[in-house]
Amino acid sequence: MTLYQRDRSWHPPALTPDYKTSVARSPRLPLLSLEGTVSELTGPRFGHGDIAPGDADLIANHAKDGDPIGERIIVHGRVLDENRRPVPQTLIEIWQANAGGRYRHRKDGYLAPIDPNFGGCGRVLTDDQGHYAFRTVKPGAYPWRNGVNSWRPAHIHLSVFGHAFAQRLITQMYFEGDTLIARCPIVNAIPDPRAIAALIAPLDLNQAVPLDCLVYRFDIVLRGRRSTVFENRPEGN
Amino acid sequence: MVQVLDDLKETPSQTAGPYVHLGLAPAAAGVARPGRDLGFGGVPGGVPGPRIRVTGRVFDGMGAPVTDVLIEVWQADAGGFYPGQPGAAPGFAGWARVVPDFDTGLFALDTILPGAVPGPGGRLLAPHLSLWLVARGINTGLQTRMYFPDRDNAADPVLSLIEPPRRRRTLIATGADGAYRFDIHLQGDRETVFLDV
Ligand SMILES: [Fe+2]
Repeated sequence: MTLYQRDRSWHPPALTPDYKTSVARSPRLPLLSLEGTVSELTGPRFGHGDIAPGDADLIANHAKDGDPIGERIIVHGRVLDENRRPVPQTLIEIWQANAGGRYRHRKDGYLAPIDPNFGGCGRVLTDDQGHYAFRTVKPGAYPWRNGVNSWRPAHIHLSVFGHAFAQRLITQMYFEGDTLIARCPIVNAIPDPRAIAALIAPLDLNQAVPLDCLVYRFDIVLRGRRSTVFENRPEGN
Repeated sequence: MVQVLDDLKETPSQTAGPYVHLGLAPAAAGVARPGRDLGFGGVPGGVPGPRIRVTGRVFDGMGAPVTDVLIEVWQADAGGFYPGQPGAAPGFAGWARVVPDFDTGLFALDTILPGAVPGPGGRLLAPHLSLWLVARGINTGLQTRMYFPDRDNAADPVLSLIEPPRRRRTLIATGADGAYRFDIHLQGDRETVFLDV
């Protein structure tokens, strides 16, 4: 077993000058291409003992004296691999700004206020079919130092493990209809518009909870597995 | 027209951004969460193997420390088994997260010396740590390895692929006797070899 080669033309290249921080942080020499070894084809596994029961509910997990401010949403979807197989029992970690666009991080100095009832971080394990869901408030757009007037579209950061260390992935989920997406240099670091579309979650209105919250759907695809399709064994199998 | 392959495409990567710690290491971001942060538990006392400490920094192309990096480490146990494999040392996670000091960029990892593991064609891979780096400005997480200066690396099939040979030393720590130093250079004269694996 080994993994499908990562399609580097589908991912953003390391050097994307419109995203200025990438200029000094991008390797300039070619990556060394390797067939995966046991060191990459194994990876850490997690279980329910590793996370807390309320970790997938960001409306409640840091609430002190009430619910956080903001549009109540559920994000759900499946984690699959490129072979369309579900990835069960894999850990997803998320982090995001609050409804005003402010992160609960000691390095975030944006003038929008901290929400005392919102931490903006959570975790969830996929089930046996690769499904996951978490509840949160929709993050706000926020300004960042790139151009003099650069704004990030509303987004949720996601980290996914898969079952092999070389499947490790961090990405960002955007929201259907956000006019800042097309203007964002981090989004546009991705060269292929079809790949950008894969990061934009549609509103899943059929799943919305009446009188409670809207729902967005976000599926995640990890690298596929290459199996031996033909083996020339003496017995013919 | 031809038949259609129905493989999916991998979800594209996006930078982890400056606030990655909030998601992966909230305590470092200044947030106490209900459960525990994963990857900071260290190695339990009963796990066999020599204790080691790796310190270092990650530098950008201007020589400035990357103070907001987050590194994940994946390694075999002292016997050369990865967690989950038959024979692996019970209680050893094999996986850790490393967050540097936000002012100096200096990180420290306390772990055990891994054993050699089987590689391609029955050759052994010299003892190594697999590393995955994410940070603001890094669009796709960077994979690399750290080897040990006081182990026999001569026959390692990965190191021997690196050309020119002088770049091999970018993957080999300095130091000895359990105290190692490993600096990573994202670009420049001493650019670390990163892997597409
Ligand atoms: Fe963000």
